[in-house]
Amino acid sequence: MIPTSFDYIAAKSVDDALSLLAKHKDDAKLLAGGHSLLPAMKLRIAQPKLLIDISRIKDLNYIREERGQIRIGATTTHFQIETSDLLGRVCPLLPEAATNLGDMQVRNKGTIGGSIAHADPAADWPASIIALNAEMVAVGAKGERVIKSDDFFVELFTSALQPGEILREIRFTPPKGRFGQAYMKFRHPASGFAVVGIAVSLTTEGSKCAACSVGVTGVAGKAYRAGGVERAMKGAALDGKTLAAAADHAADGVEPNSDLFASGDYRRHLAQVYTRRALETAASKAK
Amino acid sequence: MAEKTVGKPIKRTEDPRLIQGLAHYVDDIKLPDTLHAVFLRSIYAHARIKSIDVTTAQKLPGVVAVYTGKDIAQKIGPVPCGAAIPEMKVPDHRVLATTKVYWVGHPVAMVVAENKYTARDAIDLIEVDYDELPAVVDEEKAADPKSPVIHEKFGSNIAYKLTAGEGDIEAALKAADKVVKHKILHRRLAPIAMEPRGVLARYYPGEQELTLWTSTQIPHLCRTQVALMLGIPENKLRLIAPEVGGGFGSKLNVYAEEAMLGYASMQTGRPVKWIEGRRENMQATIHGRGQTGYIEIGCKRDGTITGFRYNVFADMGSYFQLLTPAIPTLTGLMLSGCYKIPAIQMNVTATFTNKMSTDAYRGAGRPEATYVIERAMDLVAAELRMDPVELRRKNFPAPFDNNSFKTATGLFYDSGNYQAALDKALKMADYNRLREDQRKARSEGRLIGIGVSTYVEICAMGPSSAMPAGGWESATVRIEPTGKVTILTGASPHGQGEETSFAQIAADQLGVEVNDLTVIHGDTAVVQYGIGTFGSRGTAVGGTAVYLALQKLKEKAGKLAAHLLECENVSFSDGKFCPAAAKAKGASVPEPVVPVGQAPGGSLPEPNPSGKQISIQEIALAAHLAKNIPPDMEPGLSATTFFEPKNFTFPFGTHIAVVEIDPETGQVHFQRYIAVDDCGRQINPLLVHGQIHGGIVQSLGQALYEEVVYDDQGQLTTGTLMDYAVPRAAHVPWFELDSTETLSPVNPMGVKGVGEAGSIGATPAIVAAVVDAMSPFGIRHLDMPIKPENLWRIINKKAGAA
Repeated sequence: MIPTSFDYIAAKSVDDALSLLAKHKDDAKLLAGGHSLLPAMKLRIAQPKLLIDISRIKDLNYIREERGQIRIGATTTHFQIETSDLLGRVCPLLPEAATNLGDMQVRNKGTIGGSIAHADPAADWPASIIALNAEMVAVGAKGERVIKSDDFFVELFTSALQPGEILREIRFTPPKGRFGQAYMKFRHPASGFAVVGIAVSLTTEGSKCAACSVGVTGVAGKAYRAGGVERAMKGAALDGKTLAAAADHAADGVEPNSDLFASGDYRRHLAQVYTRRALETAASKAK
Repeated sequence: MAEKTVGKPIKRTEDPRLIQGLAHYVDDIKLPDTLHAVFLRSIYAHARIKSIDVTTAQKLPGVVAVYTGKDIAQKIGPVPCGAAIPEMKVPDHRVLATTKVYWVGHPVAMVVAENKYTARDAIDLIEVDYDELPAVVDEEKAADPKSPVIHEKFGSNIAYKLTAGEGDIEAALKAADKVVKHKILHRRLAPIAMEPRGVLARYYPGEQELTLWTSTQIPHLCRTQVALMLGIPENKLRLIAPEVGGGFGSKLNVYAEEAMLGYASMQTGRPVKWIEGRRENMQATIHGRGQTGYIEIGCKRDGTITGFRYNVFADMGSYFQLLTPAIPTLTGLMLSGCYKIPAIQMNVTATFTNKMSTDAYRGAGRPEATYVIERAMDLVAAELRMDPVELRRKNFPAPFDNNSFKTATGLFYDSGNYQAALDKALKMADYNRLREDQRKARSEGRLIGIGVSTYVEICAMGPSSAMPAGGWESATVRIEPTGKVTILTGASPHGQGEETSFAQIAADQLGVEVNDLTVIHGDTAVVQYGIGTFGSRGTAVGGTAVYLALQKLKEKAGKLAAHLLECENVSFSDGKFCPAAAKAKGASVPEPVVPVGQAPGGSLPEPNPSGKQISIQEIALAAHLAKNIPPDMEPGLSATTFFEPKNFTFPFGTHIAVVEIDPETGQVHFQRYIAVDDCGRQINPLLVHGQIHGGIVQSLGQALYEEVVYDDQGQLTTGTLMDYAVPRAAHVPWFELDSTETLSPVNPMGVKGVGEAGSIGATPAIVAAVVDAMSPFGIRHLDMPIKPENLWRIINKKAGAA
């Protein structure tokens, strides 16, 4: 539990952080909340020579609405999301997911950008990122680029961010009209991470589901979109039987993880059960 | 007058410093010029060491010394084992590995450097060439003659075999109408004290004295052993257990690191510190439990138990720590539970495995006993289609006292009224109504389970004849010239709250305020020899020593009071002595003898007895001034006692768990948790509740979550708290607690002890509740930890079949 020696620089701005990254390349790691990086360093799994602290850059920390879009700065903490009035109003999925994340100390320090850039396959945020069809704004030497949520989570602990890039912002268009959202999670009893985590955001028209998006975390090597569930839900009635039938597609085409606590079969089953429950909760909120 | 405090739930005097972060654990003690030690530990479960190359590590700037087994294994005595079983094999347990490594975490080298970062960096520079050997992981397979052998000179992995118990077990089982058999597993558990181990050693070359601060439950026993290991006079070793952040038995031990740190300080002439990391703690601090058992219980058709046999493979790990081989013998002692069983037999096969040693973890062998007898009773109830409560009641002895209930395990229980605790718990639970509700819920397809455990445990360890190193405890009570009271206890509280409860005992005896007392423990240079805190003995043995020392002290104070009051006899109440015939009137809170800042010119005021009464504080002053004391009396006012109990004590109780299982996911949800515990006289019910809460939580962890898992190669797969599930607040139900009070005849206060009750009584209740909930699927037993996937598989299969 003793890390290797490293240097530390608190970046003053995003440009400052970018130039430090360009200079130190693979020797450097960005530090935001530190809740994934520091434990990895203590176990010497990560041995960066330099930490570039971006948590003090003020213009990376915000939650705001602009031209119908919600924009969240990458170093916004879980606690800020949990307690955001704006999000509570237009996208309660995120505050709800935040309450499921770690404990109060973790939520006070950990950041949404740090979490999704780490791309832990059992982290909570990726499910919501996918369910909201969010876009990630990355900034690098050549300027900004936008990465769609479906492209962002590449594989185990690998996001689409390139070396030298910094995740600047998460943005999405909140649901319009009548909508319902839910995040349902089966916590691992030791780690508290998601054995299964299901985020649902759906809109309704009359008594039917107009559109539904479902993000799944914890089940596979990376968070994914449950496309089969989404297709089955589009235009479907919101009765229990229909929701259950849709939820059965939660792990279609997926090779579920297997570990000491839960086998692949069990995880697949849990994904289906938790998807049904999340759909039911979201549907009831939309009424 | 000072209000009586014994029996009152007063808040712990320890808490303000703990809550405010003002306490001093080993790591909080900073000495100038301190070096830091880090250990290189084996990454293999079983391997031959071909070579160790430390040359690069030694050259790293800041590294002061690198020690390997070759350097010091023969210069430091073996890690001690205090337990002895006839014909047991004792491996030569050196502080560092020499020719072979025996478990993942086995220390191979120690680096001492200017700081812990350099020491840790140097660890990566040590090159060890291993020849990996097949690992022995399962305690039952370890006994197989075909198994690889860990300690080659023993020729097998069997550490010892032992048969215990009384009565003709063969005849008893033959006479039974039914014999129920089952395999029962007790997984390995990690004690997970919040504060891991830690040692700070400082050698004073001029004085030739070594001071060792170590996070231990047994400062004096540890000092004796470490002095022997290092070959230094015991009176030149001062051992201090500063604030200790929990132990649960894991610090009732003497570890290789304690001696090695002392050695390193003696060699370097500088203070040396080591603080265990959590991963090290999982690998190299003792584990608990670890038994694979087979039960056979015989019963008559009416439920009368005729005999009970327990054949068990007990997992020792690769070496013995302080009490490793003794733990299964405690299981054997308690197999009768709280039932009349005429014949009992335990056959232990203790085996070496390529794992960390097992040893005492909260309950230490007794939870295993309670678990197997309680599971056996439930299996019998299921077999006979009897209510598990009725079966238990049928086999209870009548309420008893005077150490009069003899078991076929050779014990005499001190006192018990098992019916009363059961009745109270049933009433709190509204048991008949619960069963009614369960029937209704079942008809709706819901899986509700009710589990009842009636337990008895053995604690207040104990008579010296039954203990490896003394079963007594010591106390000194003295009243300082200013009237303040100091208690020196040989017990070594580390979270139990005895600074508060011992002060309560003394405050009531002396008629002073709790705040006028201080309780000192853990420093061998200050406190007379003591045994320590474990086995739920702190209050029953250590508290009794305090109580008896107080009687001695009051006797002397009374003689001095009679002298000063110029009367034959005195009586003592509310902190004041007065002539025996008269009563102290207008007794009030005793004023401090020396109000702060008012002592004239640093001198002390003369005692001023009114002629009718004199306070104990005034007596203390008179005793120290010694100007007017009886000619045959020694000055000063202190008394020391070494209390030797004549028997163990046997606390008991009833725990009831009510759970509901989510049939879709197999998750277990608690509906209620009821416990009635009888720990004899309660000094402080708040502390009793705290102990019960913690014990139930650890039981709950054992029943549903916890298991130290080594894979087939002996790799520790639950090496962090990300994998090993310790219960958190969100896992824990609301506890409905009450108690009965059956005084123990073993000590004058009637105290039994409560430190381990929760961890003994709760596990079987929780498992029974889950089994009961699953009984519609034909389930009669489930092994711990009961994971949701297991339940889902059972439910799923049956649902598919139906």
